[in-house]
Amino acid sequence: MNPSFIAALICVASVVALLQFFVTYSRSVIAAYQKSELSEQVREVAGIDGERVRSEQFWQLVQLVRLCPQKNDDQNDLAVVRVYYRMMGWLGVMARSIAPGIYKWAESERVSCTYFAAVALDRRIAYSRALLAQQMSER
Amino acid sequence: MLGPLDYGLALASFVAEAYLVVRLCVSKNALRYFFLNIYMLAAVVATITQEIALRHFGVASPVYAYVYYYTDPLLTIFLFFVILSFYHQVFQQMGAGKYVRWGSALLLSGTALLSYLVVRRVPTHQGTAHFTQFVIEMSQNLYFVGVVLTYLLWGAVIKLRETRTRLIQLILALGIFFSAEAAGYALYNLFPSLETNFLKWIPPVMGTFLPLAWAYTVTRIPEGARLETARVATRGSVQQMAAHQHS
Repeated sequence: MNPSFIAALICVASVVALLQFFVTYSRSVIAAYQKSELSEQVREVAGIDGERVRSEQFWQLVQLVRLCPQKNDDQNDLAVVRVYYRMMGWLGVMARSIAPGIYKWAESERVSCTYFAAVALDRRIAYSRALLAQQMSER
Repeated sequence: MLGPLDYGLALASFVAEAYLVVRLCVSKNALRYFFLNIYMLAAVVATITQEIALRHFGVASPVYAYVYYYTDPLLTIFLFFVILSFYHQVFQQMGAGKYVRWGSALLLSGTALLSYLVVRRVPTHQGTAHFTQFVIEMSQNLYFVGVVLTYLLWGAVIKLRETRTRLIQLILALGIFFSAEAAGYALYNLFPSLETNFLKWIPPVMGTFLPLAWAYTVTRIPEGARLETARVATRGSVQQMAAHQHS
């Protein structure tokens, strides 16, 4: 069999597998944050009205997360979810007119990413408060 | 010529590999993740050997090429053992250890036979360029075997409703590593001109990603953490897409 043909087959199958593994990996990272409830404080800081977050708030929340002191346990998760959010954005743009079902799914994934960022912000705010309280008690 | 990014990636992967070995030993999980530990130790030794070859002979020397391209398939074979240990963990509760052992023996025999056939037709008399091309083709095939094995394992995880978050994330990171490497080597075979700008970064980036992702998983996710597999599986995503399509 032609080696180029085998290489092309391997390339296509591997790219499909890579996408599938990456999507699943990102969803497993996000799923760990889905169970957490958002505090009133983070809703106020991020301007979240009602029960649901909006997907457009993602970058704003990421900016706020960056302003908080690092907790060193969510850096990798944030990096993965940022890439996943971008990927879902591209998928949504491509599918908007030709496949509304895929577009809606990509949008719901972007909402999950935004919720993840809100929970990360919530945790970092709680961490900052704990740090501040510790410093106050040491004085 | 290697740049600061090459050295940065090599250092990051080296630190993550060494950290993972120490971390698993300290947390008394060395036996549970025995093959993962062996792979990480082998990766540390390979990094040191490559560094020595690089310093003594230079990046363009045949010695460095031989060291690099021989250690890479060897590490891939070590990774097959890691996959087998994950199979063992997934099928442990079903009492299917016997079948996993048979599967391991079959895989080992297959790998040994393939390696023998491969080594027999190594074009040693035709120079480094032919050798490099030959090893790239072999790496592409070995990594693709890794993709298939990891994909089957992921299928078993979903089918058996495995919920251990740590195991799930270790397997998924391995899947990302194998598929990116296989796609990279296959693209190199198809379009060698892409190597200078883009493809040359895939092995070091993925070589850093895997130990980092594993170190992160082992550190962050406790052994007892559970995850609903149906929530994260892409099959579930397809069903969600279909539901959105009908709504």
